[in-house]
Amino acid sequence: MESNPAIKTWTPATIVMMLLIIFGVGVGVYRMINGLGATTNLNDVYPWGFWLGLDVLGGVAMAAGGFIIACAVYLFNWKKYRPIVRPAILTAFLGYLMAVLALFLDIGHPFRLWHPSIMWQYHSVMWVVAMHVIFYTTTLGLEFSPMLFERLGWEKARRAVGKIMIGAVIFGVMLSTLHQSSLGAVFLIAPSKMSSLWWDTKLPFHFLVSAVAMGLSMVSFETALSQKFLHHKVDKEIYFGLARGVMIVLGFYLCLKLYQLFAVASPGMAFDGSVEGNMYLLEMLVGVILPLCILAVKKYRQNTRVIFSVNVLVIVGVLLNRMNVCLFSMESYNTWRGMSYSPSWKEFVVSLGVVSIGVFLYKMSAKHLPLFTH
Amino acid sequence: MAINRRDFLKFSAGTGLMLAAEANVGNRADAKELPRDAVGILYDATLCIGCMSCMVNCKKANSEPGGALYHRETAGKIPYEYEGEEKKYDAPTGLSADTLCVIKAYRENSDAQGGVFSFIKQHCLHCVNPACVSVCPVAALQKDPDSGIVTYNKNRCFGCRYCQVACPFGIPMYEWEKASPSVVKCQLCNHRYAQGSYSACCEACPTGASLFGKVKDLREEAARRLALKPGDTYAYPVNHIEHGKTTEQVVPEYVDHIYGLDEAGGTQYMFLAGVEFDKLGFNPRITNQIYPEYTWSYVSHVPQLIGALLVAGTACRIVTQKLDKEKDRDK
Ligand code: SF4
Ligand code: SF4
Repeated sequence: MESNPAIKTWTPATIVMMLLIIFGVGVGVYRMINGLGATTNLNDVYPWGFWLGLDVLGGVAMAAGGFIIACAVYLFNWKKYRPIVRPAILTAFLGYLMAVLALFLDIGHPFRLWHPSIMWQYHSVMWVVAMHVIFYTTTLGLEFSPMLFERLGWEKARRAVGKIMIGAVIFGVMLSTLHQSSLGAVFLIAPSKMSSLWWDTKLPFHFLVSAVAMGLSMVSFETALSQKFLHHKVDKEIYFGLARGVMIVLGFYLCLKLYQLFAVASPGMAFDGSVEGNMYLLEMLVGVILPLCILAVKKYRQNTRVIFSVNVLVIVGVLLNRMNVCLFSMESYNTWRGMSYSPSWKEFVVSLGVVSIGVFLYKMSAKHLPLFTH
Repeated sequence: MAINRRDFLKFSAGTGLMLAAEANVGNRADAKELPRDAVGILYDATLCIGCMSCMVNCKKANSEPGGALYHRETAGKIPYEYEGEEKKYDAPTGLSADTLCVIKAYRENSDAQGGVFSFIKQHCLHCVNPACVSVCPVAALQKDPDSGIVTYNKNRCFGCRYCQVACPFGIPMYEWEKASPSVVKCQLCNHRYAQGSYSACCEACPTGASLFGKVKDLREEAARRLALKPGDTYAYPVNHIEHGKTTEQVVPEYVDHIYGLDEAGGTQYMFLAGVEFDKLGFNPRITNQIYPEYTWSYVSHVPQLIGALLVAGTACRIVTQKLDKEKDRDK
């Protein structure tokens, strides 16, 4: 197979991405030399900031599409979604690589990133998370490898992977489900710091369900983009199906969140005008209520344009949720401790660079790999 | 450094909710008992005169090899935190990467004469079931099985800062300014304890406000003090409860509570005071729940979940494949 001549490597968008990557790498190198204090605005009260909330928590949630579509096609046998399996797996793979890259820069000793693999402390959710990242990234690599082998014409390797593909998918679905929930479980230890608008013993489940909604939206979103910019034609039914999925999952998520609001927190907390309350309302409006209202109308559910906007809302909403859990839920505790945090420009530049690397690699894969062959 | 009352009130509004949430967690399987030879500190705020001898001696003792502030690159230097232009004396305003132990003052109605007043000494509480130890993915933080001291090994730590998020008391500090940073927190002078000595803060305390000893002795001592009659005199032990040195003092009016007996499942550093503890800078939302149980109730289920998900996935695949074949046959 040949590279796709319809996709041009050097478009204005790619040049912008290249610049962002160069800036990002520059600041990344600066961080390696000068440390976290010189690069970020993190402090002892806000030990986790923008990189962790957006790139790691958000990035992993965005990658949820991979395991959902793989599960739908290989385990549920919903053949309709076969055309988007490969892009979904690629997104997940790139998403995890980006999360690992962000983690690498975020931890105090980047070159000790491997420590959890030999220094076991299985009581720690963070250790569980680290193990999931290692295994799932490997599994995704395996699920992704046939595209590479096809391109290189390595028939034997391709067939070997084909034999264990189903096993890999089942393993991957298990890992991914647990990884999404474990990221929520990380925060279970902080009930006396987080606002109960978010903190709940069900937090792992909340993370899983919102990640599924996000994953479905993300797949639909990027399929639409690929259709527009990378000439990937897919059946409209796929969008409609995904939108239905988003609606069902979001509906369930809304029930969970409402139950939590009334049973664990109190509705008054959302409307008391505090930072937490406002951020909570914003997150729920953008990511859950608005999309649900739109999707409730059948006409809109069958309009790819409207679906696209809904996807954007859901993605932004879930990203907001991750930022809220990681940062804003502890706002009043942190103010009480007398500290504040807003990301430095260097943190933004690195985040943009990381995202650009992901998008650029996706585009290159679309050009050079059999990504859209059904 | 003064403690701000208004922010505190705003913040404590959530306390009731947390107490309600506490009932949800009942998994005690992972809880550890207090080690038999556990050592700790009893701080009696009513005896503290705010001389800060403890802070001075802490910094000195911990800058020596083995201490929590010792770094090979800066060996022989004590990390003072100067305030202003004149570098006259160490003036930390709170815990930091250079300060393991700090004395703060609480004053109510600062203009009024004879208002409520108290000092408070902050450092790691060496929890019986430490959240920081339970969350550290590489076991850089560990609890000594005999002394119960919570130690830190900078060679294992990879800097995820989960300990900072997890510690309900906000104790671990990070060396943000270094390219090769470590977590910094009080290790109860573990390096001195190993050589038969004891915590530098207690050694330097002239009044017995910071008293070192076995936790069970300290608990008894604290209970004894609460039972005393205000206005009587009592021979307060000084420095180390086993060393027999005492000083006679008039018994003050205590708040009837030993902070650290039950908080966060119990701590080896305990407090007595004449002012309610909520006012002394303790996070009012800290409950008596054993913190590691919050996460353990999730982690302990992971193996089952792995099994269940693998079985469910496989079963799903088998069933759908069968249905598919049947459909083909029907056609
Ligand atoms: S006070 Fe904080 S740092 Fe000290 S042992 Fe307890 S959880 Fe760990
Ligand atoms: S920062 Fe270091 S000591 Fe703290 S939890 Fe992470 S690895 Fe453990």
